[in-house]
Amino acid sequence: MTDTRPAASIEAVESGLASAGYIANRQIATAVYLSERIQKPILVEGPAGVGKTELAKAIAAWRGVKLIRLQCYEGLDEAKALYEWKYAKQLLYTQILKDKLGEVLGHAETLPQALEKLHNFGDVFFSKEFVEPRPLLQALEQPKGCVLLIDEIDKSDAEFESLLLEILSDFQVTIPELGTVSAIVPPTVILTSNAERDLGDALKRRCLHLHIGFPEQKLEERIVETRVPDISKALRKQIVSFINDVRTLDLKKLPSVSETIDWARVLVLLQSSELDHQTVKDTLNVLLKYEADIDTTLPQVTTFVSKATKNVYG
Amino acid sequence: MRENLHRFFRAARGAGVRVSPAESIDAMRAVADIGFSDRGILKDTLLLTLAKTREEKQSLGECFELFFDHPELDKPPSDAADDTSGDEAQDEPKADNDNSPGDSSGAGDSHSGEGMPELGALAQMLMSQDRNEIATVIAQAANAAQLSEIRYFTQRGLFSTRMLDLMGIARLRDDIDALTTANPSEAERLAAATQGLRDSVREAVSQALLLYGREESENLRNDILRNAPMARLDPRQVKEMQALIRMIARRLRERYSKPRKRQRRGHLDVRRTLRRNAAWGGVPFLTTWKRRHRDKPRIVAICDVSGSVARVSDFFLLLIHSLHEVVSDVRSFAFSGHLIEVSDILKTKSPEEAMSEIMSKAGFGSSDYGRSFADFEKSWLNIVTPKTTVIVLGDARTNNLDPRADILRRIGERSKRLVWLNPEGRMAWGWGDSEMPRYATFCSVVRQCTNARQLERAVSDIVAAYQ
Repeated sequence: MTDTRPAASIEAVESGLASAGYIANRQIATAVYLSERIQKPILVEGPAGVGKTELAKAIAAWRGVKLIRLQCYEGLDEAKALYEWKYAKQLLYTQILKDKLGEVLGHAETLPQALEKLHNFGDVFFSKEFVEPRPLLQALEQPKGCVLLIDEIDKSDAEFESLLLEILSDFQVTIPELGTVSAIVPPTVILTSNAERDLGDALKRRCLHLHIGFPEQKLEERIVETRVPDISKALRKQIVSFINDVRTLDLKKLPSVSETIDWARVLVLLQSSELDHQTVKDTLNVLLKYEADIDTTLPQVTTFVSKATKNVYG
Repeated sequence: MRENLHRFFRAARGAGVRVSPAESIDAMRAVADIGFSDRGILKDTLLLTLAKTREEKQSLGECFELFFDHPELDKPPSDAADDTSGDEAQDEPKADNDNSPGDSSGAGDSHSGEGMPELGALAQMLMSQDRNEIATVIAQAANAAQLSEIRYFTQRGLFSTRMLDLMGIARLRDDIDALTTANPSEAERLAAATQGLRDSVREAVSQALLLYGREESENLRNDILRNAPMARLDPRQVKEMQALIRMIARRLRERYSKPRKRQRRGHLDVRRTLRRNAAWGGVPFLTTWKRRHRDKPRIVAICDVSGSVARVSDFFLLLIHSLHEVVSDVRSFAFSGHLIEVSDILKTKSPEEAMSEIMSKAGFGSSDYGRSFADFEKSWLNIVTPKTTVIVLGDARTNNLDPRADILRRIGERSKRLVWLNPEGRMAWGWGDSEMPRYATFCSVVRQCTNARQLERAVSDIVAAYQ
């Protein structure tokens, strides 16, 4: 399954992602194709729940490589993202090796000689052995390549962005004590952002910028079909049509694809064969996450349901 | 085709999309891989590599449609011609035309009949109605005349003439003259075709202006608008001014909404350091530094909405309320005869609706500063805290009523800063019924605020005081 060669065409990417259960539209497929071709990270923006994170998972599944995920949050720093020295191990080793050290240095007669000998050991305690690789460094060290998902980059501090620049443009990191570590196989990098704050130009410049919005009705139906296979065709169409209507309302949080899938699962569990007024009212809280949004939607439910039914049965 | 892409980048910059050299290299590499065969994919590719926000994607998409609007016809020939023949065409356009299209438009010769005077290449082309050829020649002339350098609408005539000259309009005119004597009906046909050619050239120039000139003319217009007195705008300019205000708001947001850097140097926070290092028996491995908290601005805006001040208040409120990211809390009040709170109206309605509602509730009276200040003191003085900046916008013309400067003093004492923005020129302050000098003594800052530039400066300073 592992195939590190770039995909031959955009269609190949599309079908590859589909085989991993991710239905991509052409923009997404083009972005993935290009990112492999010109080796650029993809910065994915869009509302919550449209499958930004899923995309990275799907690429990893399709390519059969490891997915390394770095969840960003405020206060994330290089010790947690890049690498850290194993202080405890260093301490332990010095304790254990104390006698040995004494042995080696014992023959030295003067202090300068002892120093000289010590120098000859090199930086024993600052070698690869004692580096604890964190996600970013791990991603570079994968022999078969990997998908590196840097999730919700907008949640991290502005300084952290600058830390990423080196890895994003050259696929390498510099560790002062060890030098520069380059990627064995350049990873596919996906960054996601909910646009909570504006990202820096330097970061944006290094990435392909992909905006995933709500999918078109047809595409969403296909997504529901792959994710919830036991759903009947009529119900699927009704659900998608209903949700598309809800998205036209002025809500605090519009239902996105993940909500559609959740709702479809709920309806299958409740064994409803088609949408009706009462079920919708009872399950609306799966779809909408704010009390105010539910209040706005309730009066419209009847209209939307009948419209959805009409859409399906013509 | 490289040439074409470069022109597209320039057009994209004109459309307000920032295209850095690195991004254009990326786009080139991507396009080299994708090819030009599928227009949809080409568009996606360019959007992916060049546009980095949603707004940019939108405007770049429009720009793409405009740019690749008509090359279905002339694409194959221009492909070859674009790269090389720029210079030749400039030096000797006619020679160039004679060489290349001559063989392909041979059909035109036989068709145009015998016993005719020898026609120039352009005339032959027009007579044969070979649209492909004509489009190619127009494209070449556009290249040679450096049409992509067009910036202002006043240059349209200049560029049309230059292009027609390059295409050999002089020879064409001679041909028409010669034909008129030899074959009048043919001459008429040629004249009509010439008119068509002029139209296509003019169209090409207009399109180029739309593509390349947008940035400059917008800058020029905004520059004029920025310095125009806000109180005297005509309705068309009001729309543009609103757009300008939104632009200013975006700029201020970008400048001031950057997350405040935490203080890493300075004083050691002993208490928290000890607590954090309790696990190591109080040996301070990890240090914690004292942080300085910075407040986001809290603003109370009190706006006069009577008469000529109304419009300035309008723009001011629009600006303040579009600074959500920078300003944590805004309460706005409008008054003329009496004072009402308008924060909710501004939050929920579009600018036009909000303004008309405010005007119907509070406007259309002669302004009474004294009573309005009294209203404020009675109901809302408690929202003014030592962290608040109070901004009063008005001309301080009290219609000879009691100015109640004492209330203003109390507001000033309670607040962090009291700023007065006056849309009248400094020269008029204190004359007639203007109480500005009396009020000014209690204000931290008094500024004149006539045009958008001054408005931006004033708001920027208010926000910067919190940084």
